[in-house]
Amino acid sequence: MWNRRQGRLRPAGCGVEELRRRRREREAALRKARREQQLVSKRLLREDALEETGGGGVATILGEAEIQQFLQLAQRGTEEKEREKALVSLRRGLQHPETQQTFIRLEGSMRTLVGLLTSNQALLQLEAARCLHELSHSEQPAVAEACLPATSYLLTYLSGHSSDFIELCLYTLGNLIVESEAVRRQLLPQGIIPALAACIQSPHMAVLEALGYALSQLLQAREAPEKIIPSVLGSTLPQHMLQLLQPGPKLSPGVAVEFAWCLHYIICSQVNNVLLITHGALSTLELLLLDLAGAVQRTEDAGLELLACPVLRGLSNLLTEAAAEDVGGQMQFGDERVVAALFILLQFFLRKQSSLLPEGLWLLNNLTANSPSFCTSLLSLDLIEPLLQLLPVSNVVGVLLWPGPLLHSLLDILAFSDIEVVDQSLELLQLLFLYRPEVCFLPRLPRPSCSNQGYRPWRSVRQPSSRIVCVLSRR
Amino acid sequence: MQLPPALRARLVGGPGAAEPLPVVRDPAAGRAPFRFVARKVRFPREHEFFEDGDVQRHLYLQDVLTQVAEEPQRSRVPEFTCQVAGCCQVFDTLEGYEHHYHTRHRHACSFCKRAFPSAHLLDTHILEWHDALFQILSERQDMYQCLVEGCTEKFKTSSARKDHMVRLHLYPADFWFDKPRKSRGCVRLATPGPCVPLSAEALGGGGEQSEGDAMEVCAAEDVAIPWGAPSESRAVAARMEKRTYSRRIPSTICFGQGAARGFKSTKKRDQRL
Repeated sequence: MWNRRQGRLRPAGCGVEELRRRRREREAALRKARREQQLVSKRLLREDALEETGGGGVATILGEAEIQQFLQLAQRGTEEKEREKALVSLRRGLQHPETQQTFIRLEGSMRTLVGLLTSNQALLQLEAARCLHELSHSEQPAVAEACLPATSYLLTYLSGHSSDFIELCLYTLGNLIVESEAVRRQLLPQGIIPALAACIQSPHMAVLEALGYALSQLLQAREAPEKIIPSVLGSTLPQHMLQLLQPGPKLSPGVAVEFAWCLHYIICSQVNNVLLITHGALSTLELLLLDLAGAVQRTEDAGLELLACPVLRGLSNLLTEAAAEDVGGQMQFGDERVVAALFILLQFFLRKQSSLLPEGLWLLNNLTANSPSFCTSLLSLDLIEPLLQLLPVSNVVGVLLWPGPLLHSLLDILAFSDIEVVDQSLELLQLLFLYRPEVCFLPRLPRPSCSNQGYRPWRSVRQPSSRIVCVLSRR
Repeated sequence: MQLPPALRARLVGGPGAAEPLPVVRDPAAGRAPFRFVARKVRFPREHEFFEDGDVQRHLYLQDVLTQVAEEPQRSRVPEFTCQVAGCCQVFDTLEGYEHHYHTRHRHACSFCKRAFPSAHLLDTHILEWHDALFQILSERQDMYQCLVEGCTEKFKTSSARKDHMVRLHLYPADFWFDKPRKSRGCVRLATPGPCVPLSAEALGGGGEQSEGDAMEVCAAEDVAIPWGAPSESRAVAARMEKRTYSRRIPSTICFGQGAARGFKSTKKRDQRL
């Protein structure tokens, strides 16, 4: 399902427990970084499978003399194979942080590497680009900034045709972009946004995924809302992105994930969401939501939460725009299937990724608030009870549900004329208010008295509220 | 969480909104007595509500999450030679050949054999190097177009264009795909001094050029900037801004026939061109 060229650099002899421990460590580090607004992650493209790994994938540290030697050999060797091998050895060495430091301190080294990057020898060019890629992945800002002389070439090559090479350039650029504002301050005048806008028309999925990655790094920058997003919105990138997000047989999950995140970063920056809506962002996201729910039902859901998250966020935030309410278009917003899809996803999240439950409920809130149509959908599709079942899941969920969507829809019920239904729902409301008394409420309600139109009774409300009583009384 | 069975059917059904509730509110009912007001919620970029999802996203980027599909192996084929006249490169993978073709032949100038990464750069090159009409027109109007994607500025001379690209677009002064054409003689670049231990052949390490090659002589100080030195990002930016582009020619360069040359590169590295 996911077509990605990722080499997993797993050190030999790593057990499952060890992996879990590392993952927990990484997760903790990421949380800390996010709280400090320093969330930076880079993607490494390593093709270990394609080369003969001698020593089990451990990078060797190269000294200054060795680096010099490899560079000279690559540049002036007589045999082509010899030159390639020299660069391959250099690249392997550059996997190690110490070699990277030595390399950037060596005078003229980057210059030579850039020279090789412009070589007519395709394989030398590719290897030089791989060396750059290793450097771009460094966590030392100095190393990444040492790659600045190469950026104009990386951008130039984006209009080329070798998809592998372009992919590599894009990942390298993405890594460099996220490194520091200095890098972005150079890349923007060098024309990165027009270059990406031209490159996004490539038919290769791997290239598109890489482009999405680079763009998402650009949009995540702290200065993005002021300095980057306006230019992006002014280019043809949004239209192309939305086109690539259209569900269908051609939708590549890896590509969709990257561009969905791009869309989320643009939307939550609140720069010009009206423009996105006029390009059809609402309808595209809606269709994606339906597609995701379909995938859950077909149990083709590996990695689905990676795409679901930005889609939920994008939709929820876009719905708060005034322009969203005016949207007519081919997809009438108010479509019940959205609600059905959301609940299928909520059930999936409950099973697989409970951290996404709050985000799903946020969308439900924004769908049902001030929208009688969606509230009625909740009722006609018998979804109150599943919602009530969610209440005890966690505090966060409870807070989002009640008053939120639950109250929206229960208030809707109170407008019914079926007295029995109103009775039941009032009882339920009372229980819920007892459960959380801080939601203000005046107890006396005038009973609506109007004629019965004969619509079907709402069984969900008549479900034994005793079950709910038990659950709520346990808290 | 149990979902009603009819829900799946609804998902695959056609689009449609719920029928509005057929109610008439009793005028005696008055205003709704609740203080609760339904409202949509908006979260900005840095809100902590996004923390969990962002962390998952970054774990994915760092390749900690499990991948599903494998990369297809590059299939090896029996060795074959490049079919372009004069090129005898040999390949054993289709991808290798494809990359070679795109790099070397796809956008190659038929006059001087120089290769470019894109059609745009090739067209610009042919226009500026091999088109007599261009030379004539350029005397009267601005014809030298900026090479940066998306920039539509035009200039009177190639050096004015280069100036623009260096100052505005922060391009390197010795950008490989913007070598200006010199009409007279051949200028060879001397080793600019002890600063660059790996000789200036680095510049020639890329495209192997045949006759008529002219290399613009750039300021020696540009060449000698040691990018290798670790620096503060601000210092780097400041250096880039301060770098001036000048045309100072090292004293070891001589023009014209019969004069001693500062640097001679006799051997063509690639005999197969």
